[in-house]
Amino acid sequence: MKSLLAEHNKLAIAAEQIEILQHGQPGGFALVPFQQKLEETGLYPLNPTNIETFQVNVGKMCNQVCKHCHVDAGPDRKEIMTKETMQQCLEALKNNPSLKTVDLTGGAPEMNPDFRWFAEEIKKLNRHIIVRCNLTIILANKKYHNLPQFYKQHNIEVVSSLPFYTQDRTDRQRGNGVFEDSIKALQMLNEIGYGKDGTGLILNLVFNPAGAFLPPSQHALEIEYKHALMEKYGIGFNNLYAITNLPISRFLDYLLQTGNYEKYMEKLVDAYNPIAAQNVMCRNTISVGWDGSLYDCDFNQMLELKLACSSNHISQFNIESLNKRNIVIGQHCYGCTAGAGSSCGGAVT
Amino acid sequence: MNSYYNADDLKKFGKVSDFQKNLGDKFFAYYGDVFKDSELTAREKSLIALAVAHAVQCPYCIDAYSSDAFEKGWSEAQMMEAVHVACAIRGGASLVHGVQMMNKVKEIAM
Repeated sequence: MKSLLAEHNKLAIAAEQIEILQHGQPGGFALVPFQQKLEETGLYPLNPTNIETFQVNVGKMCNQVCKHCHVDAGPDRKEIMTKETMQQCLEALKNNPSLKTVDLTGGAPEMNPDFRWFAEEIKKLNRHIIVRCNLTIILANKKYHNLPQFYKQHNIEVVSSLPFYTQDRTDRQRGNGVFEDSIKALQMLNEIGYGKDGTGLILNLVFNPAGAFLPPSQHALEIEYKHALMEKYGIGFNNLYAITNLPISRFLDYLLQTGNYEKYMEKLVDAYNPIAAQNVMCRNTISVGWDGSLYDCDFNQMLELKLACSSNHISQFNIESLNKRNIVIGQHCYGCTAGAGSSCGGAVT
Repeated sequence: MNSYYNADDLKKFGKVSDFQKNLGDKFFAYYGDVFKDSELTAREKSLIALAVAHAVQCPYCIDAYSSDAFEKGWSEAQMMEAVHVACAIRGGASLVHGVQMMNKVKEIAM
């Protein structure tokens, strides 16, 4: 499997995705605009509460090519954050102590050659770091084998996708052999204390549906995951985050290719939950792109929907104006407001 | 109406209360309670519902609980085994009446 970009798929272009999301397919039905839903529930315009999470996408390069990836990441993607941009991120962190958590994502963030330096510099600023580690990167190359020790040394919270506790569903979504390698990587993390009570080393897993449906109850699923992974593989972890697949990039392509697009969108719209809408992550997060551009969230970043604010690049980071902006919305936002809601930290209700 | 079954009608299930609100409301409240986590989990109940849906051959129920059971994490093989359970019980229900047939034949045969 290749990225949409490598396949010259028209959905590699953000504007093409937005066109489908806004106007549907030819002959298809018209969706209620997300803005209208927010208006009906008294939430428009959507504004930030208080920005606390600084999410940095350090590049689109990845060792995996997952079917649902909203980044369209893969080994062929060369967009990588430079050290200069990282330095600008550090400057923004230094000047804004209210940014308590730095969430490092990608691609596989560890593939950025300056990843470890960047993480160490962030720790010097005494910030909590979350790394979105795809697990298989730890086994992908000898130079990554000591990542668990690196994470431990800097007390970095690890958040890892494991779409299911069985091989078939995981490999269907993330590629052949991913489940087996993920299990090995989880065992390596457990061995040094991650996911174990009393160590303070946090290991959270992420479930996302392997198909055109919404996640089931996060709480019930966490119990099943814990039971299944412990019984079969002796693996422990802290929390499970159930995340909804947003209809963008490769997941949008999957929905269109399989004829599931309209039903899935209908499902998201029907499941609109105003309480989830109140708690969406874009209200307390700023997302930094690999080139330093600022976005309301990682999804807006992939759709190239820049901030509606004069401070829309890391070089002009200004938290006062960012806190006053209106958040840019679109039809894809239904993905974060459906059912129990969805964020990078799982359900929001 | 040109078909006895229409997939879109599943979404209208709740509308049955329009003609008889009191009983409809009671049914849906009961239905909601039945499928909550309790002595059995909602996940286990979903698989039972899938098997029963096949036993009663209700296309709406099969549609609903095929999605629900898969969404709740049951694998294709587990779901098919549940259908086989329904099939075995239905088949067995016919076959066990063979004993009744045998009894009758033995009663009248020389």
